Order: sequence, then C-alpha cells, then structure tokens
Amino acid sequence: MNSKLNIEPKESLLTFECETGNYHTFCPISCVAWLYQKIEDSFFLVIGTKTCGYFLQNAMGVMIFSEPRYAMAELEEGDISAKLSDYEELKRLCLQIKKDRNPSVIFWIGTCTTEIIKMDLEGIAPKLESEIGLPIVVARANGLDYAFTQGEDTVLAAMAQKCPETKTLLNKDNQQKITPNHPPLILFGSVPDAVANQLTLELKYQGVMVSGWLPAKRYTELPVIDEGYYVCGVNPYLSRTATTLMRRRKTKLIGAPFPIGPDGTRAWIEKICSVFNIQPLGLEEREQKIWLSLEEYLELLVNKSVFFMGDNLLEISLARFLIRCGMVVHEIGIPYMDKRYQSNELLLLEKTCLEMGVHIPLIVEKPDNYKQLERIRELKPDLVITGMAHANPLEARGINTKWSVEFTFAQIHGFTNSRDVLELVTRPLRRNGSLQQLAWNSYTLDN
Amino acid sequence: MKLAYWMYAGPAHIGTLRVASSFKNVHAIMHAPLGDDYFNVMNSMLERERDFTPVTASVVDRHVLARGSQEKVVSNITRKDSEEQPDLIVLTPTCTSSILQEDLQNFVNRASLESKADVLLADVNHYRVNEFQAADKTLEQIVEFYLLKAIKYNTLSREKSSTPSVNIIGSFCLGFHNQHDISELKKLFRDLDININLILPGTISVNELKNLPKAWFNIVPYRETGLLTAEYLKKEFKMPYISRSPIGVIEIASFIREIQSILNQQGLNTSFEEYIHQQTKFISQSSWFSRSIDCQNLTGKRAVVFGDSTHASAITKILCREMGIHVSWAGTYCKNDAEWFRNEVEGLCDNVVITEDHSLIADLIAKTEPSAIFGTQMERHIGKRLNIPCGVISSPVHIQNFPLSYKPFMGYEGTNQIADLVYNSFTLGMEDHLLELFGGHDTTDALTNTLSAEDQIRWSTEAMQELKKIPGFVRGKIKRNTEKFARERNLLEIKLETMYEAKETVGA
Repeated sequence: MNSKLNIEPKESLLTFECETGNYHTFCPISCVAWLYQKIEDSFFLVIGTKTCGYFLQNAMGVMIFSEPRYAMAELEEGDISAKLSDYEELKRLCLQIKKDRNPSVIFWIGTCTTEIIKMDLEGIAPKLESEIGLPIVVARANGLDYAFTQGEDTVLAAMAQKCPETKTLLNKDNQQKITPNHPPLILFGSVPDAVANQLTLELKYQGVMVSGWLPAKRYTELPVIDEGYYVCGVNPYLSRTATTLMRRRKTKLIGAPFPIGPDGTRAWIEKICSVFNIQPLGLEEREQKIWLSLEEYLELLVNKSVFFMGDNLLEISLARFLIRCGMVVHEIGIPYMDKRYQSNELLLLEKTCLEMGVHIPLIVEKPDNYKQLERIRELKPDLVITGMAHANPLEARGINTKWSVEFTFAQIHGFTNSRDVLELVTRPLRRNGSLQQLAWNSYTLDN
Repeated sequence: MKLAYWMYAGPAHIGTLRVASSFKNVHAIMHAPLGDDYFNVMNSMLERERDFTPVTASVVDRHVLARGSQEKVVSNITRKDSEEQPDLIVLTPTCTSSILQEDLQNFVNRASLESKADVLLADVNHYRVNEFQAADKTLEQIVEFYLLKAIKYNTLSREKSSTPSVNIIGSFCLGFHNQHDISELKKLFRDLDININLILPGTISVNELKNLPKAWFNIVPYRETGLLTAEYLKKEFKMPYISRSPIGVIEIASFIREIQSILNQQGLNTSFEEYIHQQTKFISQSSWFSRSIDCQNLTGKRAVVFGDSTHASAITKILCREMGIHVSWAGTYCKNDAEWFRNEVEGLCDNVVITEDHSLIADLIAKTEPSAIFGTQMERHIGKRLNIPCGVISSPVHIQNFPLSYKPFMGYEGTNQIADLVYNSFTLGMEDHLLELFGGHDTTDALTNTLSAEDQIRWSTEAMQELKKIPGFVRGKIKRNTEKFARERNLLEIKLETMYEAKETVGA
C-alpha cells in the first residue's frame, strides 16, 4: 500500500491555480492565542507595533482579560531609528516578565517590523538566555511571509530544535520508560490536551505507542527526539516543522492524510500502522460506527455545495471530509499549498472525489477575494466557508456562511470530534432553515 | 520598547480607515502586510455591517521588501478604480509600511493620472498619533482637499442657506453609540428649527463637501475627532463652531444657548429658553428622577470615571452635578487632550488621572473601592474581578455596546438612558451586597442535585480531571449525559475512554 501513495504528477487529476494573493486572513501572530493556552508554563512576547497589539486584543476578544501569558513589546520611534539598544530593551522587558510571571520559557514572536528593521532576534536570544537564566525561543511569525495558522508552524519549527536528545539527558534520573516494539513515534501539531489524549489512545488500540508530542503540555516536558525517530503531523499547515524535524533532527516523516473526519483519521492511523508493519484491527468498523452516528448531519449536507475562500490551510482536509459526506465542493481556496507535505491528503482528496463520483474541485492558491466573490455570485453555493470580513455581507445577500476561524479553535481531530466539525458546518444550514418562515433572504438595498 | 497587554486607542491607520470608509463611495487601500486588514473584521462584526467594507490591502510581502512596491500599489489603485468606481481612493500607510520609506506620494500622483477617482495619501505619522488623532487629521485632509478643489473649479457654495443650518462633524463607523446620538441630534435640531446641512463623514459623498460653507455653523459632538476640520472651516470660511458635547441636561442647556448666541450674532432674534425649560423638566425624566426619593440613596456614593475625554468628562459632570454622586477620580486616556480634560472636571472630582496604562487604572480602582465604575470594557472587566459593578460609557467596547435598540448618550433622550445606566449600576451593587449579607441565593444544590444522585457511578481519576477541564457552564450537562450513557451500558466506572465514547455516540 505504501508504493501506491507515491505521487505521479502526470497522473494527478487535481488542478492548481494561483491568483493575486489579495485575500483576507489573520496575521500569523494570532497563534499565540492558542499556543499560550497549550503550553502552560510559557510566556509569549510579541515584538511589534500597536497594529499587532490591536489585532491581538480585537481578534482574541475576551481572552485578553484573563491575565494572559502574552504581551506586546511595543516598538517606539527610538527602537525603529535604533536610538535604543534592542538588547538592553529586551533584557529589561524579559527581566520584568521573569519577575512577574516566572515562566519556564519566553517565546519571542518576530513581526513584520522586526523583519524590516532587521532586528537580530536569533542573535540576541542566546546571549540573553544565559544572562537571565531562561530559555528563549524565537519564531518569525510575520505577515510578510506567512498566513494565520502558519504562525504555529514557525513556533513549532523553532521548538523542534530545542527538544532534548537522549544523550543530553543521561545525567537526569532515568525514567522507567516502556519501550515500544516499533521505533519511537513523535506526533507534532498543537491540539487541546483532550484531543491529544484521544489520538494517542486511538493509536494505542492498534499497538502504536506515542513517545511524545510536539508541543507538550509544558515546555519542560518537550519530548526527546533522537536521530531515526519517526514523526507524523496532525495539522496540514506544519510543513516547516516537518522539514526541520527531517533535516535538523534527522527524523523520518510519515506522510499521511490528516486525522480530520472519520475517513481522514482512519487513513492517518492506517498509514502509521503500515509504516510500522502493523495490521490495523477493527478500524473499518470503527469508522462505520462514527459515520452512522453522524447520519442526522449527513442528511443535511448531502448534495449541498460548498465554497472555501481559503484562509487557514485546513481547507484541503475539510473539503475532502465534506466530499465524503456527500457535499459538492466548488473551489478550495488556500493561502499556501505545500504539495509535498500535503501529498497524501491530496491523493485522498482525489480518491474521494472519484469514489463519490463528483467533479474534482479547483484548488486556488493565494486567492483573490474580489474575484472569488464574483464566482460566488455566479455559483450561488449553499455554503461559503470564509473569514469574518466577508461573512455578514454574504449573509445579507442570502448566502449561508460559516466563519473559517472556528475550525482552528474547535476540536476537529480524530474519530471523536468528527461530530464537532459537522456541527459547525451544518449550523448555518440549520439556523437558516429555522428562519425560513421569515420569507425574505436578502438584506441589502442593491440587487 | 514598552511592555503592553492592552491599549485604549488603536493604531493610526484604524482612525484613517474609520473616517475614509464612512464616506459614501470612498475606498481605502492599505499599504500593509497580509493580515493587517482586520479593520474589515471589526467593521463587519461590531457594526454588523451588511455591505463589504470598502477597504482592501495592497499586500506588502517579501518581494516588496526586496524590490519595493514598484507597480503594485499603482495597479491596485487603478484596479479598484475600475472595479468599484469610487469618488476617492485613500492610500493608507500602516506602521509597517511607513518604515519602508517608499515614496507613496509618488504612487498616488501616478495613480491619479490613470484613475477617474481622486487619490489621496493619508497624512499621518504612525509612531506619533493614535487612532483618534489620525481620524481627526484624515477628516480635515479630505475636507480641505475637496474645498480647495471646489474653489479651483469655482463650484464652491459660499452663499449661506436662507434659514439657519448646521453641519455635524464626526459621525463615523465604530463610534460609541454614534448612530443613536446622530438620530437624537437630528431630532434636537428639528425641534430648534435648524436645518441640517451635512453630516460628515457618515452618509455623505465627497462631492457634497463643497456645500459645507452653506451652513451657519458647525458642531463637533465628539471632541476627539472633528476639531481640526472645524478649526479649518473657521479659519478659511469664518464658520463658528461648538465643541461642547450635549450630554446631560446641564450641558445640553449650555449647548443650546451657544447655538442661540451664534444664531443671534448672525442676525436672528431667537430664544430657546422656553424649549430648554420644557425639555429639562418634562421630556427628559432625568432631572425629576434625580429629585425623586429613590435617588436619595445614591447621595454621596462613591464612583470613579474613565474613558475618552468627551464621555469621561460628560459623565463626571452628570454624576456630580445632576445626581449628587461623589466622584473619587475621573480620568482619560486621551493624553493629547489632558489640559482640556483637567479644566473640565476640576472641582467635580477629588483627583484627575491621565494615563494609557490599564493596569494603573486597575490598581487605582482596587485602592479606591468605589461603589460603581463608569468606564470602558476594560474597566468592566476590572470591576468583574473586584466585584464592583460597571457601566460602560466609552470606547473601547465590545459588540454588546452596539445595541440594536435606541440608546443615545446625547440629547434629552440620552439623559434618560444615562440615568438608567447609572441607577442600574448602583442598585445591582446594592443587591449583591444584600445577598452577601443574608448568605446569598441557596438554590445551587437544588439545581445540580437532580439526576446523578441515586446509583453512584464512580469516575476514574483521569476522567474526573478531564471533566474538570470542561468549561463550567456545560460541565454539569456533560457529566449527566456521560453518566446516563454509562448507566445504560451497566458500567460502574467512567474511564477516559467512556467519556470519549459517550461523546462519539450521543454527543455528550
């Protein structure tokens, strides 16, 4: 089965297009909002301007009020014109953070401004680290290079290099570790602890032991990664992390579809098992059982059409899952398409389309929102998955929308949470269904 | 560098966008990296805007960093020109783009040759001014541009209107209760027999700006934005203006008297005294309400006030002069307006606080322990932590401060709204206090003790821990559903797996 998964570009039925990149998405620094919650002993310092700060405070809404473990290092005119020393300024702020919050690690999130003024964060960090006695991890999650969820990718890639090796741990007390009968496996991608537990259990049923997660619940619990370990991603936007793990940590990447939807989860487990020469047991029945429990949602979705405007890189996996649910996908917009990292997901998408007998959707990289809106006007899809900038105006024009951001904050991985994905997807359909008696659909003056 | 968790006023470009996108048929193009167009999200979510926000980005990416924007900005402007056919395109620099030091003015000059729309570069320094100051500046810039244009083409209306008329300057999107205030002002001017010439920037097209000088005078209801424009119109066209905000019965009376004196100076012989008298005593309920015995309870109660300079000063005056409440301190985050603010509230409160630091305000509130806070959403949260009620009176605000129902702060109806807000904040505080005194509601046990009481099902330690992670407001439901699920399967213990299985099967 392994050999079948190799990409033969000539045979691929998928079509890719690239537009102008005039689209709406969140700035990648938004990753601090979920990463600071995931990594409990961390502190995130975003080194940028008021623009960055205002984004975080507005996009993250209420979270800001619960004394979050993140802050802005707000650059002032003196910092921009290099009148002040970056090193001294950062030292002052980091010492204050250490005193007030005492974290186990400080993450520095570089922004567009630190890129443009070429602030040498990677150079300053190691010096400051030893001076203040706290590890500092530098990630350049800026809007010049990345979109939204790719922010997590830059942070995890930086963390991958901080994971310990067995040999460096020798002095510490040897924990009694059960050694699996397959090479150690590390999973990467930030998911809520409950989801990490669920996926770990899912693999345990098949006799696959997960040796660690990147990131773990605490920075001090970062997993050991030695040369020759196997790694596998759970999110589609982690290509830099994958590359770092392969090139810098000499691990072997298990390329698999992502565990989103029962189909994706099954394919993900099967792929991991196949690499370890394990025959998966009862997976098919497990998948069937989940599909059966989703029946009520599927009834709402079958033959409905959906249009992904594209802003968080989950689009391919979600589209594949929704096609399996019986939906027709018009277009998959996506900020950035790593055809190598996502190759198995793309293959599964193609296979799903063929099996479901639907046309293969166009994949539009760096979409142009204006042109997309023209296409939406023409196609009149039953559902548009889009950012919040377009959602209300589309609803006012009688088009059902689902905010894409919710998919990044909800629990969507594994068998257990398939229901949650469909809960999100069907919500606008259910809601607008129940409003049918209102007898009008358009809420604008034009058209 | 400054360690900052939260800010009261946004970055400059937000102010520019708020003004530019409030005009009819004006499009703003931000010179900004990907993701900086979150203004569209704010506008679409907070204002529940039905139309697409007329703001797009000319994206600054790695290529732009290496080679400059070159044709990109110009082609984005001309593209928008042909797609949307706006009257004006405002090129808006952001803090990122301003350090690139590209010659954006040159792009604007080139683009305006090719496009039908006028093209302007917003003239604001991102490291020196905040959202409000930038909004103020942008409004003046646009007004000046179109008045000079009208002078050049000889289309300016210099003739005053035959009957008294007014321009309202500073009605724009994302303002605190702005829509309702404007409706209330319209009503007030109708009552006074004064026509409204223009309301800007909201509701008008830039082509109408040439009619600005027709009005007899201008008003600037919110002093944060509009003063520069009013000053400009005064200097160039000798138009008098009023910058007093008509919030609270006393201030409304002064506001109307200022109008009266302006009109009389321009040759009218009119008196609004009877109107003020009628409205204050019988239309507005607030002055009678303050006199009613219910309000005696508020006498000498201590409050603190914080917000933008317009609202914080107005509320301080109302609390002190109209309701007999003791204001321990009043403050604003509008540092550029500190002197004016100080003069306004001097003598009405014990102390004046000027700061942009919310943690300082939190400390002060904790130290003061007032019975009620009147502030922004930030102070509301501080109040929640300290168990002190808070009435929200100023930006920055959340979506709940964009109410659907009619809730002006200005004019006579506004006085009623404010009286309710103040009164409700205090009574709630009182109620809480009494509940605590008498040991609180004791219904919690009765509510949670329904289903799971009899045949005790054991929860494993891990499952219990997992359950505790679930947010409080759904935890009870999930617990009950999982236990029901276990009972149906004759399980005696709930393990982690049981929880997940319950979720998969019944959605618990």
